[in-house]
Amino acid sequence: MSHQRQVGVPRWIYAPAAVGVALVLLPLAAMVSRVAWGDFLDLVTSESALTALSLSLRTSAVSTVLCVLLGVPMAVVLARTRFPGQGVVRSLVLLPLVLPPVVGGIALLYTFGRRGLLGSELDALGIQVAFSTTAVVLAQTFVSLPFLVVSLEGALRSAGQRYEVVAASLGAAPTTVFRRVTLPLVLPGLVSGAVLAFARALGEFGATITFAGNLQGTTQTLPLYIYNLRVTDPDAAVAMSLVLVVVAVVVIGLARPERSTR
Amino acid sequence: MNRSPLVLPAVLALVLPLAACGSDANDGDSAATTTLTVYAASSLTATFGEIAQEFEAAHDGVAVDLNFGGSSDLVTQIQEGAPADVFASADTATMDTLVGDDLAGADPQDFATNTLEIVVPAGNPAGITSFQDLAEQGLNLVICAPEVPCGAAAQAVADDAGVTLSPVSEEQSVTDVLAKVTSGEADAGLVYVTDVEAAGDDVEGITFPESASVVNTYPIVPVQGTDESDLAQEFVDLVLGSTGQRILADAGFGPAA
Repeated sequence: MSHQRQVGVPRWIYAPAAVGVALVLLPLAAMVSRVAWGDFLDLVTSESALTALSLSLRTSAVSTVLCVLLGVPMAVVLARTRFPGQGVVRSLVLLPLVLPPVVGGIALLYTFGRRGLLGSELDALGIQVAFSTTAVVLAQTFVSLPFLVVSLEGALRSAGQRYEVVAASLGAAPTTVFRRVTLPLVLPGLVSGAVLAFARALGEFGATITFAGNLQGTTQTLPLYIYNLRVTDPDAAVAMSLVLVVVAVVVIGLARPERSTR
Repeated sequence: MNRSPLVLPAVLALVLPLAACGSDANDGDSAATTTLTVYAASSLTATFGEIAQEFEAAHDGVAVDLNFGGSSDLVTQIQEGAPADVFASADTATMDTLVGDDLAGADPQDFATNTLEIVVPAGNPAGITSFQDLAEQGLNLVICAPEVPCGAAAQAVADDAGVTLSPVSEEQSVTDVLAKVTSGEADAGLVYVTDVEAAGDDVEGITFPESASVVNTYPIVPVQGTDESDLAQEFVDLVLGSTGQRILADAGFGPAA
């Protein structure tokens, strides 16, 4: 690949590219410049900050597990089967990718809320979703699921079915083929999809604040905590924002190698 | 050197859509040559909309741009250089922040007051009748976060009444509290009297005597360094004058002390 003859790019293209890079990096640099380094440790280890961080990590972990449990079968069905209306189903399932999260929050409210579609059934079971940690997990899963499905479906398609066909012709049952051939083959794609889903869950804000509310220890995840503090305690908000940026950078680092080898 | 002209289209491409967004707020008043930008607390949305129309009707060629938000948010924006000509706050503490930063162009003047009211979904499913009822176990109570004026007021009223509130959610604005109540997710919320009036038939308001202990005062001021200081002062005068006061009273605001 590296021996390919280098085709030059037009010189002018560097100018808009640089503007684009600046547009992304300048705000981050500006934020870092506002960090109160002297109090940084105290700010990011305050009790309320740690509560929000721990809630964020726990809910995002549960959402990621849910995404894997539901998203892997979805990706397999979309990549390996043919059925009428498949294109429509794929588009609709990927909708949360482009939907404003606040719209997702409203939709979830009308589904799982007290007066929602499933509200009376849930009520009969004694389950109250709104204002609970369950609501946070639901919101996060709703917005992150497409990330896992997209990356895994891509991995499944580019992996092709050669090995699966061979395994099946040697007498392996579909479940065995799925477990012993398909899954190991797309494991890198699955891992990077799960990492992306985790990152999206960690950053989830709009659907959570619309659907789950904001209470320390129950529904106040890190983004909500930052939103809360941005006016009264900007130093703490900036410090915690930096923590999220670092997490995001780590996540990109984890998810990227799989992509470049594809 | 010959690259620099090409930066311009790139920058324009970035900025033009934003500029288009901004001009939408003028309500298509394309004849306007001067724009007065008013930053006001969310609870003033309806009344200041009306007052702005009166102002535009009385001033040819002037368009009023209204920007509503949480008072503390608005002050942060002004501190960061947002082009506000007038600022109207939902409480004096937030106005004090602006004055403390030397961003007030004059002495702030109080123009209205507001008190808290209990808001419940239509039909009052939880049967709330008093402020004490809000402390009931298992009640889905939603209030503003203590960092924002309506939350500070709720906390102060609860302290005065000796009632411990344990909300299921602390929201960032009265609008967010109302949304949780109108959707029926919350059994009760604490918002301002004027918010209940504005919310219509989806909700009911329940007044309580303890609310009198905490009265929120709304101050208004022209912002320091505005290019439109005369117009800004005229807008402030309109709010303080009989027209503004009538519109505010109609919406449920009390007169300034």
